[in-house]
Amino acid sequence: MSAPLPPDEPGRLLARLTGPPGPELSCEECFEQLDRYVELELTSSDADAAIPGMQAHLEGCSACAEDRESLRALLLSEPG
Amino acid sequence: MASHGLTTSVQRAPMSSPVIPAALASSDRESRVWLERLHASGSERDAAVTELHALLLRTARFEIARRYATSAHLRGGDTDDLAQQSADDALVAILGKLGNFRGVSRFTTWAYKFALFEAAANVRKRAWQRREIPLTAETWPLFADEHRRTPEEGAETTELLAAVQQGIEQDLSTHQREVLVAIVLNDVPIDVLAERLNTTRGALYKTVHDARQKLRAALTARGLSLEDQRSST
Repeated sequence: MSAPLPPDEPGRLLARLTGPPGPELSCEECFEQLDRYVELELTSSDADAAIPGMQAHLEGCSACAEDRESLRALLLSEPG
Repeated sequence: MASHGLTTSVQRAPMSSPVIPAALASSDRESRVWLERLHASGSERDAAVTELHALLLRTARFEIARRYATSAHLRGGDTDDLAQQSADDALVAILGKLGNFRGVSRFTTWAYKFALFEAAANVRKRAWQRREIPLTAETWPLFADEHRRTPEEGAETTELLAAVQQGIEQDLSTHQREVLVAIVLNDVPIDVLAERLNTTRGALYKTVHDARQKLRAALTARGLSLEDQRSST
């Protein structure tokens, strides 16, 4: 934190400190729904409407967001 | 290559339910076959467990390779041992939670997430091995002063950050402050911190969530609106 922050960093830091607005899932609920959410995303369905609170949690929890990215990448790497 | 005794402890791990859920009637054929084989007995189940472990091992290797490719902290170490351990742990978790599979995704997608979760957590823990966990923000107060820009560019953000800093110091409990600072300001992975504090990732995220709620309330009490700032960026 001693190095100068990039110009857009204060806004992002503020967002990370205060988190997403509105209700969000817990980490356990996120894990429970993650497979369905990512499959819906990849089939162009409205995953956020199908699983309320998921998007907010993924904004607030970097570890769960990484898990989502990993599952997306894995499914996208599958042949066919 | 390390072996973790798949044919003994893992293969005989208890299943959570001996009954295939009725909801699976609407599931895809491949998923139904997986479930039927894993709920079978004898050599058919053994073969299914072995195939599932191989699937999980490929998944863990995929995840570990991705993370090693992007993390400066990860150098050396036996990544295949890490993959084996992740696959073993994922298999035990899956066999224990087989009754929780509701058929709302493909079975393989459901299974992948366990291996990805274990592999990611193991990689993060390895990256933080022998590293001290910073629970205090020794230099972070600088951000409100050093990054002050012109009023047009960011005075509102700077004011909000200063208020958040005040809220962190005055409104949060010691535990909330340490957890928020470690995870948000110092980028300590949540599962690494959970292991060091002997708690769970979910419990720590609840602490982060509650701390954020307190900070939002503190901003409101000071007449500041976060939503105005969000809409302007």
